[in-house]
Amino acid sequence: MTEPILRTDSITKYFGAVKASQDVSIELRPGEIHALIGPNGAGKSTLIKQIAGNMTPDAGRIWFDGRDVTQLGTVARARAGLGRTFQISSLAMEYTVLQNVVLGALGRDGGVMSFLRPAMKDKALVAEAEAALERVGLIDLKSTRTADLSHGQRRQLEVAVALTLRPKAFLMDEPMAGLGASGSKRLTGFLDGLRAEAPILLVEHDMDAVFALADRISVLVYGEVIATGTAAEIRANPDVRTAYLGEDA
Amino acid sequence: MTMIRETYVNAAIMLLLLGIPVWAHVAGQPFTITLATKVAILAMAGVGLNIALGLGGMVSLGHAVFFGIGGYSMGILAHHAQTFTPLMEVPLLIEGTKFMPVIWVVAVAVSALVALAIGALSLRTGGVYFIMITLAFGQMFYYFAISWPAYGGEDGLSIFVRNDFPGLNTLVPIQFFAIAFVALSLSLTLSHLIARSRFGLALGAARQNAERVQTVGLDPMRVKLVAFVISGAITGLAGALFADLNRFVAPTMFSWHLSGELIIFIILGGIGRLFGPVVGAGLFILLEHFLGGLSEFWLIYVGAILLGVVLFARGGLIGALSGREVAHD
Repeated sequence: MTEPILRTDSITKYFGAVKASQDVSIELRPGEIHALIGPNGAGKSTLIKQIAGNMTPDAGRIWFDGRDVTQLGTVARARAGLGRTFQISSLAMEYTVLQNVVLGALGRDGGVMSFLRPAMKDKALVAEAEAALERVGLIDLKSTRTADLSHGQRRQLEVAVALTLRPKAFLMDEPMAGLGASGSKRLTGFLDGLRAEAPILLVEHDMDAVFALADRISVLVYGEVIATGTAAEIRANPDVRTAYLGEDA
Repeated sequence: MTMIRETYVNAAIMLLLLGIPVWAHVAGQPFTITLATKVAILAMAGVGLNIALGLGGMVSLGHAVFFGIGGYSMGILAHHAQTFTPLMEVPLLIEGTKFMPVIWVVAVAVSALVALAIGALSLRTGGVYFIMITLAFGQMFYYFAISWPAYGGEDGLSIFVRNDFPGLNTLVPIQFFAIAFVALSLSLTLSHLIARSRFGLALGAARQNAERVQTVGLDPMRVKLVAFVISGAITGLAGALFADLNRFVAPTMFSWHLSGELIIFIILGGIGRLFGPVVGAGLFILLEHFLGGLSEFWLIYVGAILLGVVLFARGGLIGALSGREVAHD
């Protein structure tokens, strides 16, 4: 078995007496899409925040690309190669689409203490940004103000910014939300191809997308992983059926 | 389109600021030149603040600290030079100076250092707390200056002869204006370049959404701190020039009224607009001059204008003249 890119090692997080994460151990292996599903309030967001570095677990360790990153913040984890997209789009809304993506390219390049050279005339940064916009299908909107984009387009833009980081792993929090049927289908096709570049830890409510994409699925209920397996295994798991998928699954 | 119009508006403002004192020089109206010099210097202080406030979203109500530090850098160095006393003898001998370039370097360096210290502490907070903590630092410096008898305390320091600049007679109003005008032009150029640079892109993003900047692996606090230091240094240099204009330094240079006035310049002119502080300072000084002659309560009118701008012209006067800001490319 290949070494996982990302691994949580029995992480636990309490909010007062509430166990938001309990002994969670999941792995993201090279080339895979690992979906994380669970009903509302299952602790998915808390888990994502611990993986991204917004929160530190009370117990347990997080490994990324062979390093213990448990104590690192969001900036250091992004620099280490974790490409994140948000459940609620988090972009520079006054900037154009292209400026947001150039910011991503700048983040990867790292030369931010440059005060005189114009950023948007930097051929390397702009080329990288435009290539990413091309891939997500937003290139025609590159001069649009980000605030004027639809929710779905903002999602695509976040993915484009994440691409410019050339991450070692993607952490995507509900990328399908707000996309509509056709957009969701397009993004599903896109993520399908993306896993070869870097594995994706995908939190998603769109079950069609999850079952179409995921190599493995982990089911989180009350902060605990109750099952991990292939789509077929998860469908057949009786605990999952009662806890989450309900009658129609 | 609006971008091009704003360039014309900016050029017209600079021509006006240059043309009026040149005319006054020819017409023999030195007081008008002094007014224009005051506008140029206060505008420069505003350009400094605009980098923190407009580009970086840091509402500093303590920028008079840097203005005052620039002023006292000039005052202390020139005071020692005119009284022929060394600034310090142990461990090494430091003499005062009347040489402007040296004074400027000192003003910029000390302002930058203080901005680094104040910024590092203040940027741990945000929003209203940031405003309050910068105000608190301002008050600390103000009362420190008042209670420092060696340099005049409450009465301040008078410098009898304006400091020297090679090749110029700085006592001739138009020649000192030239210095202030060039300094303002350079600070505007720097501000323009920074806004469009890689640093400026990250700074603008840090203002809009710190989380976004972190997600691409950049530290928004570090970017903001550097911007705060640059901002403080420019305002500090303006303070040194202001002290030289008046040949006088007093604790009022540190006062929060002045910090507030700098913010008013920016709001009047247009937050984050390159020439916002220039228009704002110009309008403020004109109102002070003309309305101040009519009534000592002239600030009431400034208040009314400020209210009008905030309610009806969100882009300030520059915005009203040249339209909504377009995202730059």
